[in-house]
Amino acid sequence: MTVLADMVPEQIEGPGTEHHLTFHDGTTRRVYVTEIETPFPDGKLIVSRTDLAGVITDMNQAFVDMSGYSPDELLGAPHHILRHPDMPAPAFADLWDTVLAGEKWHGYVKNLRRDGGFYWVYATVIPNIRHGEIVSLTSVRRKPSRSKVEASQALYLTMV
Amino acid sequence: MAPDRNIAQFSVSPDFGPELIASWFVFNTWLQRRVGRPIHLELFDSFTDQRAALAAGAIDLIYANPSDAAVLVRSYGFTPVVRPAQHPDEVVLAAPETSAAHAVEDLGPGTRLAQTDDPDVSMIARIMLEPADLDATNTTIVELDTYVLVAKALLDGRAEVGAFLDEAFDHLSPLVRGQLRPLVTSQISVIHHALMVGPRLAPHRDELAAVLTAMGDDPAGARVLAELGIDGWQPMEHEEAEFLIDLMDTLAA
Repeated sequence: MTVLADMVPEQIEGPGTEHHLTFHDGTTRRVYVTEIETPFPDGKLIVSRTDLAGVITDMNQAFVDMSGYSPDELLGAPHHILRHPDMPAPAFADLWDTVLAGEKWHGYVKNLRRDGGFYWVYATVIPNIRHGEIVSLTSVRRKPSRSKVEASQALYLTMV
Repeated sequence: MAPDRNIAQFSVSPDFGPELIASWFVFNTWLQRRVGRPIHLELFDSFTDQRAALAAGAIDLIYANPSDAAVLVRSYGFTPVVRPAQHPDEVVLAAPETSAAHAVEDLGPGTRLAQTDDPDVSMIARIMLEPADLDATNTTIVELDTYVLVAKALLDGRAEVGAFLDEAFDHLSPLVRGQLRPLVTSQISVIHHALMVGPRLAPHRDELAAVLTAMGDDPAGARVLAELGIDGWQPMEHEEAEFLIDLMDTLAA
């Protein structure tokens, strides 16, 4: 189990508020969030792979660019390094239940950047099945429409 | 006439421009000489026809569209050999220059999308329309045989937006291209074609990979690659095909 380092005020761009996250594995992290949104770049896809413990094993440049972290900080880190406190935990429980059952999961996700800002994505996660066994997960995020982001935002507010 | 089963049957994803037909025959001639074995090149006008030939077991070697990777590997037992180096499939969504739309988000319900039957281009185009809340329920597809006809449909006002493979867009005449406005160009990088062998040719997979990855070192081979607009071939392992399949699967949702 990898425990993420707490965020520190020095890494934040702009005024941030402090939150404490508890993840499904029982680990915790202090994060700072700002109201600065990074728009999803037109025409790009964010692609990553994790192992079955949710540890990042592979990612593309768009993943690195949007997260604000360096590749070294991301590889080997748990995927919840991107967890934003505005995201309700049941959404991720549903994700894991779905993919570990061998199904595809979709959802609108607000991700936290290294600098405390955020970006919205439409995420699809699938289990990678080899010789009948789920061996890893692939996640692809694409640009969501504003109307879907607003609807998700309103829904998640009622869930956190 | 039924294909001679003693001769390996090669086919190419029917999504390239007519200007490349001769180049693929030259490629096939080069390959036959290099491997010292007869190979018959059979080109198809549509994906439907090519898929029927695959289902009939009439193709042994294919330069495949990524959308066909899953069925090739999982249903027909194909194995990847090589992929084109630095040659991802990217898509341009364009509108007529006279259109009020300057970005995808300026398009509204009722938009008519002109496209060919190229499955991965259609899929990427659909993804790039999502930010405008456009999907199959509120758009109309105008399917055409070639990218030139897609451009013509835009200029004739029969569609508001057209989906082009980026190299097809670049190959439009300057006059036509000048009357079109790209709204967005994909920068996905990880979706690409793949040359794959079927079970009958599988014992020769490594030999084919070696010959093709060295193609650029041979002057005649380098000329063929240049004609095809391919920088060279790089080896493609089975797991890369599996990743491509997983990726296409996530995007098909």
